[in-house]
Amino acid sequence: MIVEQMMKTNVFTLQPSHSIKDAITLMQENKIRHLPITNEIGSVVGIVTDRDIKEAIPSYLMEDQNQDIYETKIKEIMTKNPIIGHPLDFVEEIATTFYDQQIGCLPIVSGGKLVGIVTETDLLYKYIELTGAHQPGSQIEVRVPNRPGTLFEVSKVFHDHKSNVLSVLVYPDLVNNENKILVFRVKTMNPLGIIEDIRKEGFDVLWPNIPGMTN
Amino acid sequence: MAKHTGNDKLKKHAVYVYSEEQLGYKFSETHPFNQKRLILTTDLLRKMNALSDQDIVIPRIATDDELLLAHDPRYVDIVKKASKGLMTSSQTESFGIGTEDTPIFPNMHEASARLVGGTLTAVDYVMENKALHALNLGGGLHHGFHGRASGFCIYNDSSVAIKYIQQKYKARVLYIDTDAHHGDGVQWSFYEDPDVCTISIHETGRYLFPGTGNVTERGSGLGYGTSFNLPIDAFTEDESFLDLYMTAFREIATHFKPDVIITQNGADAHYLDPLTHLYGTMKLYQEIPKLAHQLAHEFCDGKWIAVGGGGYDIWRVVPRAWSLLWMEMNDMELPQGKLPKEWLDQWQKDSPVQLIPTWMDPENLYEPIPRKEEITEKNKQVLDKALYHIRPHYEKE
Ligand SMILES: [Zn+2]
Ligand SMILES: [Zn+2]
Repeated sequence: MIVEQMMKTNVFTLQPSHSIKDAITLMQENKIRHLPITNEIGSVVGIVTDRDIKEAIPSYLMEDQNQDIYETKIKEIMTKNPIIGHPLDFVEEIATTFYDQQIGCLPIVSGGKLVGIVTETDLLYKYIELTGAHQPGSQIEVRVPNRPGTLFEVSKVFHDHKSNVLSVLVYPDLVNNENKILVFRVKTMNPLGIIEDIRKEGFDVLWPNIPGMTN
Repeated sequence: MAKHTGNDKLKKHAVYVYSEEQLGYKFSETHPFNQKRLILTTDLLRKMNALSDQDIVIPRIATDDELLLAHDPRYVDIVKKASKGLMTSSQTESFGIGTEDTPIFPNMHEASARLVGGTLTAVDYVMENKALHALNLGGGLHHGFHGRASGFCIYNDSSVAIKYIQQKYKARVLYIDTDAHHGDGVQWSFYEDPDVCTISIHETGRYLFPGTGNVTERGSGLGYGTSFNLPIDAFTEDESFLDLYMTAFREIATHFKPDVIITQNGADAHYLDPLTHLYGTMKLYQEIPKLAHQLAHEFCDGKWIAVGGGGYDIWRVVPRAWSLLWMEMNDMELPQGKLPKEWLDQWQKDSPVQLIPTWMDPENLYEPIPRKEEITEKNKQVLDKALYHIRPHYEKE
């Protein structure tokens, strides 16, 4: 999947000459936590987050509350030249960027202009969608030996039961690297027949265990 | 308790909506959803002398207009055609029927519309003050969606009934679902509606169908704050289940102030249920209806409609659980000790498992749970999160 397919295109922005007060208002009204700052031709010149603002304004507990601080211009507190993304970037790639750079949002720029935004929350939601967790289904986890062909052997059982698989994840077994764990979301309320048949094929179905105990 | 005195005299105490035609909702001989449990329950109640012919009301069939209150006309049309054998599975699969969960069967439209009609019959009895309480054990098909079948449910009787109550009686409805699965179909039908409050307590979607019902699902738009979810851990036992149920139900009813309460009484949170992983016992089914009954009198002049739901151990669990529900509805003292011998004798020969001969479950039904305290503690956190937005915040530090 590419960024273009998931980015928000309706982006709230301010310019460097706006005040902290403007930023607070805009963020509160639209329930957002990140504001790209653009210049008069729509290029991204900075970014302001709710955290930048919290750091800039004095704590309520301090005696000498200086109201002028709210009039400070955004250019004084914004992060200049932030990391940006492109509409054709792969979602997996930008996920790595979020993680490595520890950022909360990524302005998406094309032709020198801001065209969209992706936040950490959007990314997480997309991940949930990709795992199929928003569609009714049962989850089945299977421990299989790490050799070619096992995914086929297990998915053959779903085929035999005419069960629709919503998603598949493969990840290493943390306990034993000779194994892998396959996680299926299957569109069925009654996975008992499937589980029985996977077990008959000789695989371990981890379903469910007493938390923290393994069988 | 002077609950049913004075002008209630003309009114029936409670009605039992039932006919054997409800057994027409049948996918196959081997399908886990088996309405034979209605016969087993009805027979058990009769043998207890807890149910007489005068209590029974025949369910009507819901009309197309009524079904369309909560369902897409295209979907109803597909079900009707499939019902007559005019559709193949490949044509209907995108509507959730003709699947392994919800196969096509002859007359499935009529059978499904009859279950909905039963719940509407129950609604009319209660809302027209002909009875204080009404029970339709054939209903409770909470997974049915607006435009497709899901999880053994074709039409969603509760969703239709709530829309019907809103339209015909202009009442505020509180729907509470204690089935082990999330009441997703009903929740999504009223997710943006501030005048319907849905509560679902269920095993988390970690493994269990349908996977939704997270504590953060609270409704949206104007309906924000009127959907409540209490996802509890696999292996949860009676005490923790009941603690969440009782606290949430009372606090939410106090906050929402319903005119009528609908309870969905799936009996699949029991330890013996083959499809789920909760560790409930008959204690749950003794306590759940008690509070519903009490709150219906406290908040709604008694208006309480109860429907069935899941329940896949039809021999050992469902008949006892649902009998307790009916007896509570009638203010009967809940039975202790043995089940009627005639009932056990009659059904043991058909049952593939040894029946449980007593009303309560035997001690040591299962091995003790190693991490009980942590599970209880985690469920408690879920409760606090679910109710956070209706509790006064200053109580927090
Ligand atoms: Zn259920
Ligand atoms: Zn009563």
